[in-house]
Amino acid sequence: MAAIYSLYIINKSGGLIFYKDYGSAGRMDTNDSLRLASLWHSMHAISQQLSPTLGCSGIELLEADTFDLHCFQSLTGTKFFVVCEPGTQHMEGLLKVIYELYTDYVLKNPFYEMEMPIRCELFDINLSQAVQKDRVALLGR
Amino acid sequence: MQFFGGSDISPLPPPPTASGNNAHMMYVFNKNGVCLLYREWNRSLRTLNAQQDHKLMFGLLFSLKSLTAKMDPTSVEKGNLGVPQLTGQGCSFHSFRTNTYKLSFMESPSGIKIILVTHPRTGDLRESLKYIYNLYVEYVVKNPLYSPGMPIRSELFNMTLDQYVRGLG
Repeated sequence: MAAIYSLYIINKSGGLIFYKDYGSAGRMDTNDSLRLASLWHSMHAISQQLSPTLGCSGIELLEADTFDLHCFQSLTGTKFFVVCEPGTQHMEGLLKVIYELYTDYVLKNPFYEMEMPIRCELFDINLSQAVQKDRVALLGR
Repeated sequence: MQFFGGSDISPLPPPPTASGNNAHMMYVFNKNGVCLLYREWNRSLRTLNAQQDHKLMFGLLFSLKSLTAKMDPTSVEKGNLGVPQLTGQGCSFHSFRTNTYKLSFMESPSGIKIILVTHPRTGDLRESLKYIYNLYVEYVVKNPLYSPGMPIRSELFNMTLDQYVRGLG
């Protein structure tokens, strides 16, 4: 029942470097996903300006009618966000796992150029395993 | 979101779960972006002047609605990003949370947007926002001296609002 619909990774300038769809209805072409990522980057920054107290680090959870959006921002400004079903638990844990995979299989890859789209096979493989394990843990099968 | 279900116009307020002042501030906008009301109870940081702050808040909400409509994973036919959404059309968000605040949002069928900014561990405020909308209807809209689109200047409304918000969890 609880599952993620899609995963986005954006670099510190707001450009989309990774997008994976796990089952949303309707197609989203590349341009749309790029635009959405940039839009999210800007909204994240604006939300910090509207904070009533100091020390705001941006939106961590957005709750909509048909989905939830969990966002994790690393210390360097790279943002990982997942679109999932409303009320899904443990998404923060999953995002931290994805961040670890990113540091292991993308950043430590000597052929990977910083801030460029991610094209690392090991990252894809391990990401699928992590998401699948998460799905199994949540669904119990 | 069902607005007019049931026969009573103003349901009982949701029971207060905590005492003390929990809300930071509140905004009410109409569908043209005019800020009808801005109440501040507890705000230690003001990065912009009032005008810019209202515009920024309205802009943020407008863009977030556009984003959620496009990002909706359950709808097959999505409009183009950036096209203004009609009230009630497309998926809309009802709250977002950062590490320092939680923003709860509600839009009425007539385009009146109510925004409440509270501390981050606040629960779901949708029922509370509906109650506040009913307060707006009773004290503001039904006031014959009030014309739509004008900023709200009703002492009674402000008082009732303050009293209600003070009791929110």
